[in-house]
Amino acid sequence: MADTFLDSTELVLNMGPQHPSTHGVLRVILKLDGERVLGTECVIGYLHRGVEKIAENRTWQMFAPYVDRMDYVAAVSNGLGYCLAVEKLLGVEAPPRAQAVRVILTELNRIASHLLWLGTHALDIGAITPLFYCMREREWILNIYEKYCGARLTTHAFRIGGLQYETYEGFEKDCLEFCDLFEKRIDEYEELLTGNRIWKQRLTGVGVLTADDCKEYGVTGPMLRAAGVKWDIRKAQPYSGYEKYDFEIPTRANGDTYDRYMVRMQEMRQSARIVRQAVGAIPPGPIMAKVGKVIKPPAGEAYVSIEAPKGELGYYVVSDGSTQPYRVRIRPPSFVNLQALDKMCRGALVADVVAIIGTTDIVLGEVDR
Amino acid sequence: MAATPWESELTRALKEEFGDQILEFSSYLGQNFLVAKPDAAIPILESLKENHDFDYLVDVTAVHWPEKPEPFEIVYIVYSFARNERIRMKIRIAEGWKPRTAAAVHLTANWLEREVYDMFGIEFEGHPDMRRILLPEEWATFPLRKENSILKMDQHWVQENLGIESGQ
Repeated sequence: MADTFLDSTELVLNMGPQHPSTHGVLRVILKLDGERVLGTECVIGYLHRGVEKIAENRTWQMFAPYVDRMDYVAAVSNGLGYCLAVEKLLGVEAPPRAQAVRVILTELNRIASHLLWLGTHALDIGAITPLFYCMREREWILNIYEKYCGARLTTHAFRIGGLQYETYEGFEKDCLEFCDLFEKRIDEYEELLTGNRIWKQRLTGVGVLTADDCKEYGVTGPMLRAAGVKWDIRKAQPYSGYEKYDFEIPTRANGDTYDRYMVRMQEMRQSARIVRQAVGAIPPGPIMAKVGKVIKPPAGEAYVSIEAPKGELGYYVVSDGSTQPYRVRIRPPSFVNLQALDKMCRGALVADVVAIIGTTDIVLGEVDR
Repeated sequence: MAATPWESELTRALKEEFGDQILEFSSYLGQNFLVAKPDAAIPILESLKENHDFDYLVDVTAVHWPEKPEPFEIVYIVYSFARNERIRMKIRIAEGWKPRTAAAVHLTANWLEREVYDMFGIEFEGHPDMRRILLPEEWATFPLRKENSILKMDQHWVQENLGIESGQ
């Protein structure tokens, strides 16, 4: 007995689904040799609600609030992608005023999503302070949402064809005040983390994905850009008037966890920059395009994707000419990015697995749908 | 508005390589797609990747059309970073026909095809790990098939495992 015990060096360890650093109900089965990870397997689906099936049983408008519940920390982005997809089928475009407001809210949402990521990621690594700062700034954004549409997280801010609500009195002022404040605050976060020795040692060289790995696994978003690929759908195939704004696509070369941290920090600065420009130039005019009360897109299909905070979020929508979608397929960035977890974890230490799950920035509501 | 024919350098090259294996090149709402014979799907994906820079498989999904003779449509969406171009490939297959896996061409197809299997019951030939991915292993139905109602999809499983009487 003793011999076999000493000979057997492999250990199977179960992490989650109830685990603080899996960011939701993700279960990862780890195969270990001492502290080294030999392989992983993800068990997902705990949060599966059958969103795509629900879509087939609702009208086009009725389904819109459901998409907010996938990536619930970036609900506005989900809603934008869905509205754009249905608008594509209908052949309508939101008026310029609606587009500008959409861009503002979506970019604020990107900041909110990245802030939540930063706080929890740092917490996982052992840095407790940033979480409170991140939550504090995120609260500002949520307050803007609350004033705009009454909801904070699952906002359902957009409608097919434009917006339901006009901006409130003082909307521009709130957004600009946030940008002023945030640009100073993000320097403070960087002061806490960017040059911190412990932070660097825990992240540098951990969970490396090269550009080729990313393409093989379909990994998009900040993870792809950290590997040196300058690709962002807002630039590559602009939507909602992103071509009008002046911003950069931050990239890094190594594709490790530290580079992904740097890319996301830069992205938040760029988002604030876009918000400033958009707030300064909200054109007057209507906020809804001419869309009937009953939405009946002609039979056909379209695929529309946007740059969500986590990567390429795509909607493949099929209409049979009725008031209900025939099929809605959601291409979720979290689900696809999570598949690369095994590749990143092999050869790493157990403690790195926590860092790697954090850097993947998944939301289980979107992975499982 | 109907789909219009799609013609470009790419379609000419593919036509030359695959001939009548590709049934149609079309464009709808400015989005280009091709319809291929099921057997040709993987060679086309390979050729798109190797010869035409379509190195990113965005998505694999399916649509169920129960009244058609070939009721399942499998949709592959590919993108090329170099060309900044996204196209779709569709194949139409009969019930029970097993398409070959794309996982040997693009690793990302692994989970995407598992999800197609999970939702539609389409098995992919040669797939390294053909299991359900989101639903429990013992689940009885393939939810996104049109014959399955959203209610009472697997009453037995729900009653047994969750103890909910209604089975919803």
